[in-house]
Amino acid sequence: MAGIVIIGAGECGVRAAFTLRDKGFSQSITLIGAEAALPYERPPLSKGQTDELKPIRAEAAYDDAAIDLRLNTDAQSVDVGEKTVHLSDGSVLDYGKLLIATGARARLFPGMDGCLTLRTHEDAQRIVAGCGSGKRIGVIGGGFIGLELAATARRAGSAVTVIEAAPELMARAVPSEIARYVQSRHEDEGVALRTGVKVASANAETITLDGGETLSFDVVVAGVGALPDTDLAEAAGLDVDNGIVVDGSFRTSASDVFAAGDCCNFPWRGGRVRLESWRAAQDQGEHAACAMLGEAGDYAKVPWFWSDQFDLSLQVAGLFDPRRETVRRDLDGDAFLLFQRDVDGRLEAAAGVGLGNTVAKHIRLAEKLIEREATIEPADLADPGVDLKRLLKAAQS
Amino acid sequence: MPWIDACSTDDIEAEEVIRFDHDGRSFAIYRGPADDFFCTDGLCTHEEVHLADGLVMEYSIECPKHASMFDYRTGEVETPPACEDLNTYPTKVENGRVMIEI
Repeated sequence: MAGIVIIGAGECGVRAAFTLRDKGFSQSITLIGAEAALPYERPPLSKGQTDELKPIRAEAAYDDAAIDLRLNTDAQSVDVGEKTVHLSDGSVLDYGKLLIATGARARLFPGMDGCLTLRTHEDAQRIVAGCGSGKRIGVIGGGFIGLELAATARRAGSAVTVIEAAPELMARAVPSEIARYVQSRHEDEGVALRTGVKVASANAETITLDGGETLSFDVVVAGVGALPDTDLAEAAGLDVDNGIVVDGSFRTSASDVFAAGDCCNFPWRGGRVRLESWRAAQDQGEHAACAMLGEAGDYAKVPWFWSDQFDLSLQVAGLFDPRRETVRRDLDGDAFLLFQRDVDGRLEAAAGVGLGNTVAKHIRLAEKLIEREATIEPADLADPGVDLKRLLKAAQS
Repeated sequence: MPWIDACSTDDIEAEEVIRFDHDGRSFAIYRGPADDFFCTDGLCTHEEVHLADGLVMEYSIECPKHASMFDYRTGEVETPPACEDLNTYPTKVENGRVMIEI
């Protein structure tokens, strides 16, 4: 039987490859990466850490695990009938099972030609090179990427303007209270924030707003979301709908073909979601690897995100429903947590923001409570004296 | 290796961790569920993040940033992204003080 081929050498593909070996899979594993660099971590890129790449695994680890890593190589097509992958170097690989982990790519709207975007190390170097002291940086989009880049550029001494079409920052990802807290921090640091303002067009050095006003910059960066990389899957005839459609074990519509990470659309708690998340990419890579070996049930991990801006860190577990109320718990300093319960009173989402890693362990406990679908009274959520670990132990017993 | 007086046993609750800095180095000191004490390097081996901000469950410490997990008794990685184990250091309790040998 042919071995396993993994297309995409990001967090998801790499984790899947090593998980297969850890689980005792003894046949060939081929990992195909489009970029030339040894697979590396992307989170540092938006945080200004671009001097050195941080490899996900050391080069020797691939040899030790007998993972055939093919870098600087594109997968050009997949034939799900023949069970083959055609590569840009002309070779053709047979697979017993295939994992598509192609991730997502930065989106640009029409009329934004020439704006920089961030996905790869090269992109990040180009942006950071333009962010020196006294430079004027225009950022389109007040989401995680846009705001992290804004903070990085501001720290480097640039004059920074962020244009966000929605009335609030990070509106899709965090509740308003956290968005406002982060917004005031950016304003204190001297970032010019223009929310509720639409961009009519933009290029490498200007942003023209809907009203006709044109702003000039040295660098214009767009952080307006990402699109799942599904071209290969679509061409192969797989079901695609905002990502490659998979079941709870990351199986696609074709037999022996799996998809996981940013490129997939998976079932979660009665709905379907597609995440762009560093940790979900890893978790799903691991889960898909187990599923390819026939060892996994349905994926049930709770979505988790974080963002670092200036000396603040915010973390989110679960998915907030903007229509429902939140319960606030204050922590030391001015750090705080927000919780949301579903209609039956079960904890559904939690977010927190504060200096450094102050909210981390609280959000981790909340994540475990969400995973267990624990029912918690609002008064207990609000009271800093009620230990979340104790609630978790009560829920486990 | 010298024994260093790090803290009082009362400074750490059960299943908790504190940060202890000494001579330019950072350590994490843990009190396990059986009121046993352990000491590891203070910074995660993945990125230099203080583990003392992380969550202790049973005998695991989880990095507050990227969720690497270690068994703090042995320093072994339980969950990536970390690939390298933590160094661990002997501990003993004397007269209500937690001593570490570093």
